[in-house]
Amino acid sequence: MTVVSVQQNVLALNGDEAVALAVKQSDVDVVAAYPITPQTIIVERFSEYVADGEVDTEFVCTESEHSALTACLTASATGVRTFTASASAGLALMHEILYVTSGCRAPVVMAIANRALSAPINIHCDHSDSMVERDSGWIQVYVENSQEAYDSIIQAFRIAENPEVLLPVMVCLDAFFLSHTLENVRVLSDDIVQGFVGLRKIPLVASHEGKKVPFRLDPENPITIGPLDLYDYYFEHKRQQEEAMNHAPQVIKRVHDEYAQLSGRRYGNGLIETYELEDAEIAAVCVGSTAGTAKTVVDELRAKGVKAGLLRLRTFRPLPTADVKEALESVRAIAVMDRSNSFGGNGGPVFHEIRHILYDSKTHPHVVNYIYGLGGRDMPQSLIRGIYRDLGEISETDRVESRVHFAGVRE
Amino acid sequence: MATTWKFTAKEIVEKPDLFTSGHRACAGCGPAIALRQIMKATRGPTIVTNATGCMEVVSTIYPYTAWKVPWIHTAFENAAANASGIAAALKAMKRKGRLQEDIDIIAFAGDGGTFDIGIQALSGAAERGHDFLYVLYDNEAYMNTGIQRSGGTPHGASTTTSPAGKVIPGKRQYKKAIADIMVAHEIPYVATASIAYWQDVLMKTRKGLEVEGPAFLHVLAPCPRGWRYDTSKTIEIAQLAVETCIFPLWESTDGQCSLSPQSKIVALKPERKRPVKEYLETQRRFRHLLTPEFESEIDNIQKMTDKRWNKLLRRCNLVSL
Repeated sequence: MTVVSVQQNVLALNGDEAVALAVKQSDVDVVAAYPITPQTIIVERFSEYVADGEVDTEFVCTESEHSALTACLTASATGVRTFTASASAGLALMHEILYVTSGCRAPVVMAIANRALSAPINIHCDHSDSMVERDSGWIQVYVENSQEAYDSIIQAFRIAENPEVLLPVMVCLDAFFLSHTLENVRVLSDDIVQGFVGLRKIPLVASHEGKKVPFRLDPENPITIGPLDLYDYYFEHKRQQEEAMNHAPQVIKRVHDEYAQLSGRRYGNGLIETYELEDAEIAAVCVGSTAGTAKTVVDELRAKGVKAGLLRLRTFRPLPTADVKEALESVRAIAVMDRSNSFGGNGGPVFHEIRHILYDSKTHPHVVNYIYGLGGRDMPQSLIRGIYRDLGEISETDRVESRVHFAGVRE
Repeated sequence: MATTWKFTAKEIVEKPDLFTSGHRACAGCGPAIALRQIMKATRGPTIVTNATGCMEVVSTIYPYTAWKVPWIHTAFENAAANASGIAAALKAMKRKGRLQEDIDIIAFAGDGGTFDIGIQALSGAAERGHDFLYVLYDNEAYMNTGIQRSGGTPHGASTTTSPAGKVIPGKRQYKKAIADIMVAHEIPYVATASIAYWQDVLMKTRKGLEVEGPAFLHVLAPCPRGWRYDTSKTIEIAQLAVETCIFPLWESTDGQCSLSPQSKIVALKPERKRPVKEYLETQRRFRHLLTPEFESEIDNIQKMTDKRWNKLLRRCNLVSL
């Protein structure tokens, strides 16, 4: 059992405010950002901290998201801790620099208020914006509520800056459902958070002159970052990035455990959260705030004697393959819920991953897909009940009529 | 502004190169000369950032580097944003007592990375007022990708995307007045320079580093491959561009514009102003203009050159001649 060892205050915060507070407490040196709904509150709150002299951070209001991430990347390469936030079109504009950031091994932390992509233009929640960036070399954490958004940002700096990892981290929170909705959030004191994140440690690397030098832009020990890298070395560098991703799960779990000791809060094992899954015959898999609604439905079904469960994927990258396999192997029918679509891809991105993981399982559970909630369309309990009802039928008949569904759409 | 530095030949020969030999630039490469000159004018610890382009590609082929200073490249359109991030980091480190010394920042970008794809990041960084020197090394086309036209390519030049054909004589548009655009940002220092006058390049570089806030240096740097001339002629052509007033040299300090000596002498002695044809003849990118079919273009280039020159004279409070 976790022992809560420190005093915490309960504040009424929405998800964006919770993120801003976590950034404030994490001793961030440079914040560079550009406004986009529904991320704006993060930047607004943070600029208030700057204006009131509550932080020492250098705050740069750039002229675009492309420059915001670029500035975070080069500031990070100069050796400081950096943060930015974006969503939707803003994240899409950053796309090029997402790859450059991970390729330069810059441990930038970014909050994403998940929002639909144009066209048509829509400011509400879905996961199209960050799912499309799954291959960009960033660690992706999807949170269920504002409390987790706060906790995850603090953990993200420790994960990103770990020398075994040294990769950027995206913390994704659902637009409006989390970004703009007030919640009771238990917050740690500034001292405790600062003690937890500590000062950024700069690892040593071999320079072109064969010396061990700090991995940063340092006039005393000049190194070249972001060179031209051709077929003779590029592949090895990309392989190293995969290796860093392979180190990430252990670091994520360790940081999550350490934080739990401090705060008393756990989110599964840090990679996945299982809910009533041990003996479940049917289960849903989802990311983000929908998990909260789904848990209520699971409680209801359990009360009726239905063996229903839920798996919430907390990190989508790195994909917790072994954890997911172990957790879902004994389930007979699984519904993967995707809040984004891969057009022409026969299902959404989470579905693809879960089915790919379960391909190796001896039990071969049935896996079906429900694409839902695009552009902020509500996902009420009734729809989730319907999904579990479908799963019940699949489990009973051992037959899948249709693999990919669109839930809650007018056909 | 104290101008105690002189940059004598002896002094700069004795100063070790920070942009070193061994890079893979072509023989006669103007931009490589520009970089070497500029790095001779640094005053202390310096961080350099580069946009994607010839100079990035030739100087940092992994695992080699031509840079004796910390150097970073991230992408094409964001050299000024690179500098913004570095400047912000240095400021934060100083504020938190983790850095004592002053560190200069120089951003290098070519004409594509400045006139075209990088102008947004440049404008943003200039507006925000970060303390850095932005150097545009202008070889007047996308040379790294194979001589495609940019907003910096001059009128009439044949490039691979503005080829001189049977009916169209090369690029139709005139060169964008990029340095004027930077003057309009009201940053403390904007200057043009030509690698033909190394001392002027060094002086302007140092001035750009000395001012507090953003400085913009536009350096004309001929490219033998793209301009189609013999590799031994780079400096001569860089000089002719100034003598014909196609590329006049001036600086704007806190909005006060003044001609640099090499152009001022032309202003004071108009007989020294050479016709643009003498410049155009030296480069095969303009050779179609020397045919009877398209020779009227030379008059157009002369007229535009005169118009811009006279505008510059008025801005420098010199009578339009």
